[in-house]
Amino acid sequence: MPSFDSSSGDGVVIRVRGLATRFGKQVVHEGLDLDVLRGEVLGVVGGSGTGKSVLLKEILGLIRPAEGSIELLGKDIGQLSEAERVAVQARTGVLFQNGALFSSMTVAENVMVPLKEHTDLPQALAAEIARIKIAMAGLPPGAGPKYPSELSGGMVKRAGLARALALDPEILFLDEPTAGLDPIGAAAFDQLIRSLQRSLGLTVFMVTHDLDSLTSICDRIAVLVDKRIRVGTLEQHLNDSHPWIHDYFHGPRGRAARHAEA
Amino acid sequence: MAREGAWVEASRIGDGDQHDGGWLVTALGRWDLKAAGGLARELESFSPGDGRGPLRLDLSRLDAMDTAGAYLLARLADRLTAAGNAVSVTGVRPEHAALFDAVRKAGQPPAEPLLPPSHPILEMLERTGRATVDAAREGLDLLGFLGLVTITFGRVLLNPSRLRGRAVLFHIEQTGLNALPILGLLSFLIGVVLAFQGADQLRRFGAELFVVNLLGVSILREIGILMTAIIVAGRSGSAFTAQIGTMKVNQEVDAISTLGLDVVELLVVPRALALMISLPLLAFYADIMGLIGGAVMSYATLDITFGTFIRQLHGAVTLPHFLVGIVKAPVFALVIAMVGCYEGLKVSGSAESVGTLTTKSVVESIFLVIVLDAMFSVLFSVLRV
Repeated sequence: MPSFDSSSGDGVVIRVRGLATRFGKQVVHEGLDLDVLRGEVLGVVGGSGTGKSVLLKEILGLIRPAEGSIELLGKDIGQLSEAERVAVQARTGVLFQNGALFSSMTVAENVMVPLKEHTDLPQALAAEIARIKIAMAGLPPGAGPKYPSELSGGMVKRAGLARALALDPEILFLDEPTAGLDPIGAAAFDQLIRSLQRSLGLTVFMVTHDLDSLTSICDRIAVLVDKRIRVGTLEQHLNDSHPWIHDYFHGPRGRAARHAEA
Repeated sequence: MAREGAWVEASRIGDGDQHDGGWLVTALGRWDLKAAGGLARELESFSPGDGRGPLRLDLSRLDAMDTAGAYLLARLADRLTAAGNAVSVTGVRPEHAALFDAVRKAGQPPAEPLLPPSHPILEMLERTGRATVDAAREGLDLLGFLGLVTITFGRVLLNPSRLRGRAVLFHIEQTGLNALPILGLLSFLIGVVLAFQGADQLRRFGAELFVVNLLGVSILREIGILMTAIIVAGRSGSAFTAQIGTMKVNQEVDAISTLGLDVVELLVVPRALALMISLPLLAFYADIMGLIGGAVMSYATLDITFGTFIRQLHGAVTLPHFLVGIVKAPVFALVIAMVGCYEGLKVSGSAESVGTLTTKSVVESIFLVIVLDAMFSVLFSVLRV
C-alpha cells in the first residue's frame, strides 16, 4: 500500500509477454510485449479498434487473453486465486471513462466503498480519509454528500479519481481521463494527475487520445500498431517512420500540441 | 525492526534538569492504511507537552507513509497545536513531503459543519411534508400533461394527416395483440377461482345455480376490466415509460424537438390512442375468458352444463352490466398511457432514473386505475345503473 515500497525488484510493475487477443476470427493483439516501470506515467495510444481498452481490461483481469501472460505487481494475474486477485486489486485503482460511480450512492459513499471493503477502519476515520481524497481530487467540500447525477462531467471524473485513489494504490489506470472535458478542464485534470502522481508516487497507465495529455504529462508513450506495442519517449516516436505513428504525431493536431508545449 | 505497525514516542528535549527545550515526538513505523485504525485510537489519548512549551514532531524515522498516515500526522499536529503547544513538524523526508503537503492542504476542515444536526422526529415530519407537497405537485403536473395531450389530440383530430397511423397500429399490436395470451390465461383462472369460491358458499343455501349470476355480474362489471387494466398497466404502462425514458437518455427526445417535431404528437398521442383502442377490446376478451373459466369450473364442481350456464347467464345479466364494465376501459387506457408517457418524459440523463420512474409509473397507474374504479362505482350508484 505505501507508495514508497521498493519491494518489486527490477521496478517493472506491469509485465506483458506474448499477449494475443482474438474475437472470433478478428485478431486484435498478437505477440504483444509491454513493460510499465514503477513511477512512470505511460500513455497508451492507438487508432480505433486497435484494442487499447481491451488491453486495459486484460491487465485488470476483466477479460482473459487468448495467449500470453500478464504480471501485475509481480503476480501473474492468470494464475491467481480469488483471494490473491483481490489483494492485487486493492493495490490498483481504476478510473473508468465515464467515472462508473455507483449512482445510488453519494460521492463520499462511493469513495468509502473500497475503504470499507479492504480495511477495518472505524467509520469516522474512513469518512475523514474519503473527505481528504475528495479534496485531493480537486472537488469542493460540498461535493461529498452529492449524488453522481447532480455532478457535471468533470466533477464525475474527479469523484471517480477520488474513489480510484481511496486505497493509495500503487498503479492508477485511467481510461480516456480527459475525454468529454473542455480544454481548460482537461488541462487542469492533466495537472491534477501529474501532481497526484508525484505526491503519491503513483505509476499511471493512461489510455488516451488527448495529444495534450501525451505531451504534457506522459513520461513514455506506448503506441498500439500492427497488433503490437511500440514504447518510447515522444522524441523517439517523432522519429519513427511507421506511417500511422508518423501521421499521428506529425498531423496538424500533433504539431499543435507540441507547439503548445514548447 | 523490533515492532510491527506504527507508533509514536515522546521524549523531553534537553538533558538533566534543563527541560525547557520542550518535547520531541517521533513518529515511527509504517503509517499506512493498515495501521490507521489502531493508530487513530492510540493517538486520541496521546498528549505530551504541557500546553505551553515548544513541541517538535519528527517524521524523519518513518518507514512508510500513505495518505491515511499523512492525515493522522496532520491531525495530530493540529490537535497538539489546538492544545496550546507551539508545534513544529521537522524531518519530513523528501519522498513524503509532497504527499504530506497535499494532505495538509486538502485536510483543512470546512469552515462550518456541512449539515446542521437533525432531529429524527423533525426529519420524519419534514419527509412527510416533502412527500405530500411532491405528490400534490405531481398530480398537478399530470393534470397539466393531460391538458397538453388533449390539446395535441384535438389538433391531430382536426388534421388527421398528422396522425402516425403506423405507430398507432404498432402500439395496438404491442399492447393489445401481444397481451392476449397472458390476459386470457389470467382471466380464465380468475373465472375458475370465483366459480369455485362462489359455489362453495352458495351450495349451503342450495343456490348453486346462482353462481352464474355471481360470475356474470362481477366479471362483466368489475373484475374483467380491472384485471385487464392492471395487467396492461404492468405490461404496457411500464413499457411506455422505459421506451420514452431510454429515448430521453439517448437524447432522442431532444433530437425530436430540435427537428421541429412535436414530442407529444409523435410519442404520446399514438400510444394513448392505441391503448384506448386496444384496452376495450382486451376487456371484452377478458370478460369472455373469465366466463369460460367460470363455466368450466361450474361444470366440474356443480354439474351445471354449458347450456344451463348460458341460459342462466342470459337471465342474470343485461346489456348495462356489460356496458358499465366496458365504458371504463377507454378512461383507464388514457390514465395508463398518460402516466406511462409522463413518467417516461420525466427521465433525466441517468439510466438509473429509467428504472426508478418505470417502477413509479406502474405503481401510480395501478393506483389511479383502482381509485377511478371506485369513483365510477359511486357515480353508477348515484345514476342507479
